[in-house]
Amino acid sequence: MLFSFYKKDLHLHRFLKTDILSAMRKTFLKHTWVVLVVLLGQFSFAKDNGGQEEGKDLKTEIKEYIDHHLQDSHDFNLFSYTKDNGDHVYVGFPLPVILWDDGLKIFSSSKFHHGETLAEADGQHYKLYHGKIYKTDAEGTIAYDEEHHPTNVRPFDLSITKNVVMIIVTGLLMLWLFSSLARSYAKNNGIPTGVGRFFEPIVLYIRDDIARPNIGEKRYKKYMPFLLTIFFFIWFLNMFGMTPLGINVTGNIAITTALAILTFLITNFTGTKDYWMHQFNPLGDSLPWYGKIPLYIILVPIELLGLIIKPFSLLIRLYANMQAGHIVIGSLIGLMFIFKSWIGSPMSFGLAFAIMLIEVLVALLQAYIFTMLSALYFGFASEEHEHEHEHEAELSH
Amino acid sequence: MEKLLEEFSLGLFFWQTILFTLLLWLLWKFAWKPILKAVNDREEGIKNALEAAEEAKKEMQNVTADSEKLLKEARAEREVMLKEAREIKEKMITDAKEQAQIEGDKMIKQAQATIESEKKAAVADIKEQVANLSIDIAEKVIKEELSDKKKQLKLVDDMLGDVKLN
Repeated sequence: MLFSFYKKDLHLHRFLKTDILSAMRKTFLKHTWVVLVVLLGQFSFAKDNGGQEEGKDLKTEIKEYIDHHLQDSHDFNLFSYTKDNGDHVYVGFPLPVILWDDGLKIFSSSKFHHGETLAEADGQHYKLYHGKIYKTDAEGTIAYDEEHHPTNVRPFDLSITKNVVMIIVTGLLMLWLFSSLARSYAKNNGIPTGVGRFFEPIVLYIRDDIARPNIGEKRYKKYMPFLLTIFFFIWFLNMFGMTPLGINVTGNIAITTALAILTFLITNFTGTKDYWMHQFNPLGDSLPWYGKIPLYIILVPIELLGLIIKPFSLLIRLYANMQAGHIVIGSLIGLMFIFKSWIGSPMSFGLAFAIMLIEVLVALLQAYIFTMLSALYFGFASEEHEHEHEHEAELSH
Repeated sequence: MEKLLEEFSLGLFFWQTILFTLLLWLLWKFAWKPILKAVNDREEGIKNALEAAEEAKKEMQNVTADSEKLLKEARAEREVMLKEAREIKEKMITDAKEQAQIEGDKMIKQAQATIESEKKAAVADIKEQVANLSIDIAEKVIKEELSDKKKQLKLVDDMLGDVKLN
């Protein structure tokens, strides 16, 4: 199962490559859509299968550990261990829990004791069950449906979770880093100092090799702040994910969805007249109107579907790549404990190390691809007629 | 798909959207705008400096060409001036010569005239002196002649004889 995840990751990589090419070949999108649905179906199927197993052998424990690591959490846990007498010891710090349940309820996540006890706020009882907060009675009873899903009410959870903390940390880091870079220009007569010397070429690369060629000289400037922010945000969070702190922000579907929705909104709100003409009249004047009708019955829905598929592919690509990377690393580390031999364990260590190096590359690559494709979509949105054919020519190479 | 939907946390989505938008706005204002402006200004500065250098080079070439032209002109002018000077010199010499000739001629003529008149005066003087001398001699002769009667008469006769001859 572990390796099937990896295989899927390869599939997704292939999907990624084909995606760039098919961005203009709209008809092809329908196929990728099918492929995507099939892939996701397998994904959930595989996970469900794993979830059915009960019993606490080492393999299950490792799997649960990986699953747990991939999820967001209500405390900032650095590590935990089990004492000889069976007590769990958690090292980390609790985070605030914010719930909307007939009024705002705020309390520390330490009240849950890592899911071992109920938290009580304003006479209501809440239970942390598999990383999610459910409203329960005073005994903490959880009712299940036939598929073993809890049926208890889930209050709207606005907690400052581990991922939210990491977003804030990354945000502050970026603010400090880039505002100090901005200040160093003023102080040093237009020449960056310190870490700015490392980041300036990246900023220039995004401007000269991502924004300018994809959006065009005329309109690239107004998209620059978004492209720069999204690139460094994803890259830094990906890199934080490589640390042993056990952070998986960019491998969280809610995060990637939020990012992709922003790209989607910016693309469509800044779209030019030509862009919308292209959506509803893709063939232009090359056919008389009566010839267009049968084609447009198929073509226009595909074009409109493409609007959604573009950001959807963005969000799935980033999510799946980061998620899969974490699963692979976690599995290879877990393998060391499964092999427990002088040959197997060093081998899986070596493998984990090699994959880790690749993951560092993937962290940069995914940030680049997200930024690149966002720029490409912005480029479509800001197309004007004389530019349209240039873009097509560029892509067909 | 079901798993993905289950994993989707609306709270996290909410925070991500809020925080990312805030971050985007803050970075836009405090980082990207000044950074991109500084980089742009620097690039403009480099471009302008290169252009200015190119212009300065051209100007330098112009100046060199100008100075060369000036030098050539000056040289030509000097040539002309020298030539003129030489001509003037020659002319002056010729003029002086002519003048001298004329003056000399004049002087010679004057001298000749003076000599002539002097000569005439001298001749006249000599004539007078000769005449006086002759008269004196004649006087003396006459006195001697006339010291006796006979001789006086003879003289008268001689003289009368001369007149007759005339």
